[in-house]
Amino acid sequence: MTAISVSKPVAVSAPHTLPAKYVLTSVEKRLVGLNVLMATVALSIGSLFGPLQALEFSGLQVNGVDLYTWLQMFLLKSYYQGLTLHGVLNALVWTTFFIVGFLTLCVIYGLRRPLALPKLNWAAFIVMTLGLVITAVPILLNQASVLFTFYPPLQAHFTFYIGLVLVVVGSWMAGWGFYVTYYRWRKANPGVRTPFIAFSSLITMVLWQIATLGVASEILFQLLPWSLGLLPGVDPQLDRTLFWFTGHPLVYFWLLPAYITWYGMLPKQAGGKLFSDSLARFAFWLFLVLSTPLGFHHQYTDPGVPQMWKYIHAILTYAVAFPSLITAFTVVASLEYAGRARGGKGLFGWIRALPWGDPSVTIQVLSGILFIFGGIGGMTNSSYNVNLVVHNTAWVPGHFHLTVASAVTMSFMGIAYWLVPYVTGRKLWSRKLALVQGWTWFIGMMIFSNAMHTLGLLGAPRRVPLGIAPYVPANWEPRLLQTAIGGSILFFGAYMFIFNVLMTALSKRASAAEMPEIPEAEAVQDPQLTPAWLDRWAPWLTAAVLLVVLVYGPNLFVQLSNMANTSPGFNTGLW
Amino acid sequence: MTTPIQPDTKLSVHIDPYERGWMIAAAAMLVVFAVAVTLASYSLGIQLPGPEQRVNPQTITTSGPWANPGLRQLSASKYEAYIVAHGVGWYFNPREFSVPVGSEVTFYVTSADVQHGFKLIGTNINMMIIPGQVSTLTHKFDKPGQFNWVCHEYCGLGHAAMYGTVTVTQ
Repeated sequence: MTAISVSKPVAVSAPHTLPAKYVLTSVEKRLVGLNVLMATVALSIGSLFGPLQALEFSGLQVNGVDLYTWLQMFLLKSYYQGLTLHGVLNALVWTTFFIVGFLTLCVIYGLRRPLALPKLNWAAFIVMTLGLVITAVPILLNQASVLFTFYPPLQAHFTFYIGLVLVVVGSWMAGWGFYVTYYRWRKANPGVRTPFIAFSSLITMVLWQIATLGVASEILFQLLPWSLGLLPGVDPQLDRTLFWFTGHPLVYFWLLPAYITWYGMLPKQAGGKLFSDSLARFAFWLFLVLSTPLGFHHQYTDPGVPQMWKYIHAILTYAVAFPSLITAFTVVASLEYAGRARGGKGLFGWIRALPWGDPSVTIQVLSGILFIFGGIGGMTNSSYNVNLVVHNTAWVPGHFHLTVASAVTMSFMGIAYWLVPYVTGRKLWSRKLALVQGWTWFIGMMIFSNAMHTLGLLGAPRRVPLGIAPYVPANWEPRLLQTAIGGSILFFGAYMFIFNVLMTALSKRASAAEMPEIPEAEAVQDPQLTPAWLDRWAPWLTAAVLLVVLVYGPNLFVQLSNMANTSPGFNTGLW
Repeated sequence: MTTPIQPDTKLSVHIDPYERGWMIAAAAMLVVFAVAVTLASYSLGIQLPGPEQRVNPQTITTSGPWANPGLRQLSASKYEAYIVAHGVGWYFNPREFSVPVGSEVTFYVTSADVQHGFKLIGTNINMMIIPGQVSTLTHKFDKPGQFNWVCHEYCGLGHAAMYGTVTVTQ
């Protein structure tokens, strides 16, 4: 093993003042647990509608009864109300609540100290929950069937936008609580490398706070006043630009917590160590710098954005693939390290030696495998003109079911398999069910996403109830049936998880000896040897803000100076 | 446990030789991709839509070229197709047109109300249709047959019904 030396000679005198362990107080556990509970409740409702859409695609009939229409009667006024619930609850609510809960735990445990301002973090949870309820009401009343992208001039009831703002503001408050906690820790521990799980959680939160400025401006200056009747119209192209300013880094806000567990926890769970602490940190800094200035790659086919800016964002999208490729190496190397430590021999023997009986490890490894395909698809999407083949086709939901619904969701389920026992003081109800659940999700997703990608290549548009579309050719039919099969398997995968979590929470208190510990991985090389520039905020934060200003500033200026609020609203519930 | 740190240890980014090789290969792959799309767009001319003109969606059907949408012949084999996407009623106007094989058609599509999409299946024509904007791309129809375009952005309950057809005649 070689090492690149840096010019600065040493001074590794900082004492390791961190206590070896920290046990979260019962109040801290409750805060983390309630966030995860809200996330799971959202998932349990949002997951009802996925298979419904897949059944609609297939046009499947039982005894002459169209299954979709029959099932829909009980729940929904329209296909799009269901699709809105599925997207908002699964992609926005399940993720955001789970992430805030998980990051709270990582900051507390990583820094080995309680939150500096616990009341602020509790207030954050209350504001987010309030926001969720306020958003849910108009959706359930079919007054906000605008899907999770809520593109104007489709107009939702104004409460939908207010609720979303509250969810975002609540998550910001949680972040402010983390920053103060970190600041106090840093004062008490000068020169000590920020423990990785806290470090990466902080970066994730900062990234989120930069990114959400786009959607916050869209809602506060356009959609909210417009839905209240204070603004006669909006500029849909400008709003798309502001939305996607947030839309792509949002993906990294989902993904980075999965990377936190892959880098910072999975190696420990698998019986090994983090292969490279420096590169793990380097990857996170690159995500902070590169996640936001590339939103135009969601707008390649938008008429109102010049090709030059789209091209620049395309190149930056390739750049952000680089830290993910570093991650692929480091995570697999950490797993190999673990497999060999467990006695695995030969080129592939270490894979067999991994603890496949541990549901948390298994589902995370499976999520990583699916993410390989998600990553390849993502690079295809970002490839400027290649995107013309797949833009807004079924390929796209096929793609993000491999990312947010596999890499992210499966990793969160894997985390939940130790986190829920940890915060509730109960044993996981059934390890066997959890194992079966991971594999079920994996197989269901393979079937589902394969069908969706293929449909997209054949030209099938997304967001269409294809079962009733008049233009569906015969060669789409087998793939439409395949989505119904995959989607139904995924439904069981989701509910096996939800049932197991519920039964765990309801079971008897376990003894202290049976309680899982928080799996925090050690690095192969002591983090104190990681150069200081990888633990310093100013240069990276400056680069992040500068790059955003450089590649968004000029075009945003043009769009703002030419703003034409000529689009009145259309309420989907009414017409 | 981690190895205790000796007083003369140097701070370093720990990079394994295999990992260094992987990083170089990854960077090289991304550069190849970037060169490929650059060549495809600027040498082969596979381009994306870009700013064409601003319009007012509220007056689009009463004045200007979209007040009278349809196919216009520019020369023997060159055409322009002016199309309006309607979310109230969920249809394209016109819904269909036909051109002889070998024709080059430039599409000018806009929306009278909400956002729509325009994908001509089996071609590189793929555009967002955004109220206030005009989307344009050109395609040469080299084969006879029927080609459907579909709306690919959610535009309300009747979204699934929105499509149109180009018939390419011998």
